[in-house]
Amino acid sequence: MAANKIRVATTSLAGCFGCHMSFLDIDERLLELLEHIEFDRTPLTDIKHCGPCDIGLIEGGVCNAENVHVLKEFRKNCKILIAMGACAFNGGVPALRNHYSLKECLEESYLNGVGVVNPLIPNDPEIPLLLNKVHPIHEIVKIDYFLPGCPPSGDAIWTFLNELLAGQEISLPYQAIHYD
Amino acid sequence: MQPEEQTITLDGQKIPFQPGQTIMDAALAAKIYIPHLCYHPEFKPHGSCRLCTVMVNGRYESACTMPAAAGQEILNNTKELNENRRALTQMLFVEGNHICPGCPKTGNCQLQAVAYYVGMLSSHYQHFYPYRDLDPSHPDYVIDFNRCILCELCVRASRDVDKKNIFAISGRGIKAHLIINSPSGKLEDTDFAVGDKAAFVCPVGAILRKRTRYTTPIGERLYDQQSIRIVGDSQQLHAGATKYGRK
Repeated sequence: MAANKIRVATTSLAGCFGCHMSFLDIDERLLELLEHIEFDRTPLTDIKHCGPCDIGLIEGGVCNAENVHVLKEFRKNCKILIAMGACAFNGGVPALRNHYSLKECLEESYLNGVGVVNPLIPNDPEIPLLLNKVHPIHEIVKIDYFLPGCPPSGDAIWTFLNELLAGQEISLPYQAIHYD
Repeated sequence: MQPEEQTITLDGQKIPFQPGQTIMDAALAAKIYIPHLCYHPEFKPHGSCRLCTVMVNGRYESACTMPAAAGQEILNNTKELNENRRALTQMLFVEGNHICPGCPKTGNCQLQAVAYYVGMLSSHYQHFYPYRDLDPSHPDYVIDFNRCILCELCVRASRDVDKKNIFAISGRGIKAHLIINSPSGKLEDTDFAVGDKAAFVCPVGAILRKRTRYTTPIGERLYDQQSIRIVGDSQQLHAGATKYGRK
């Protein structure tokens, strides 16, 4: 572990991994970025738990008990926590289930839905328990920066990280901030 | 003899006004943007969204209802006022269900555009996630109550222009909500029609024309490239326009 590198962790909670795909859209600039940063827990390294980090990037809202644990682990270990994307911002598409009770959602998915065979609501202890509602992450822990978008573009993520690493005030062009 | 031109001072800039004009009217005529959602130049001002709140001679006033008067010193584009506007916008976001990636109005939505203008990067407050219904009963329009911000533009357009009285706001305070005036409460049981003014005034995605909603790709829509400060209100452009797939 290089002592002078910025340590970055990322995770996807109740998201679709679209923000991580967008992160990869910074393409070959990732090599340039890797001269300044190194990854801790992230789907790219497959490290399962987050150690002390400088920056944590969170994609997705919070929909189950495991999401809450992971988010709190990130908050405990990361100096700067960033909400990335529409789901972290306000729950996004997963939060559309907030209109319905959890019971209704499970019954529609696993008992009464179109094409369901062997109707049974999953109840394996390894499956994280769902929360009644999906929440944006700022309702659970303090968030230092928000980067909205569904997903934010690779360029927006690149600019954001560069300005953050350079210790500048983050200023993105009008087109880079969008909620969709 | 011509009467001397009367002026107000807006952020240090002298702008003329005609007797009877509000501060908003004078600002619009001078091409100065004051953020707003419930204001529309064709309707009687409502003064309810409070986004156009400006400082007039040291007092908060809504620009859309305050008559312009000679010598007024008005502050509009200040850090403090824009921070208040951001808080108001965040409250509008958490009070309804505004999931932009799932909304056909995204990119053409004034609530979103105002949020971009005031630099809203998070919703900050706790979301209500209220349960609100969807009314897809009408053959040409769908009403999504989740996105209604109670601006009453549809109420005013239907009552004052269409002479139909289809929409109303019922309830008070946090229970205020849009209702449809028919025995079933459904839009299909009203005389709402495609050419109605009320069909074009919704600043958000609460009243949507069916089958035309994705004709302009996301990324190429009104507010995707330029600020509402520059391009103005989407609903006025929609009236009779074809560019945004509305007619």
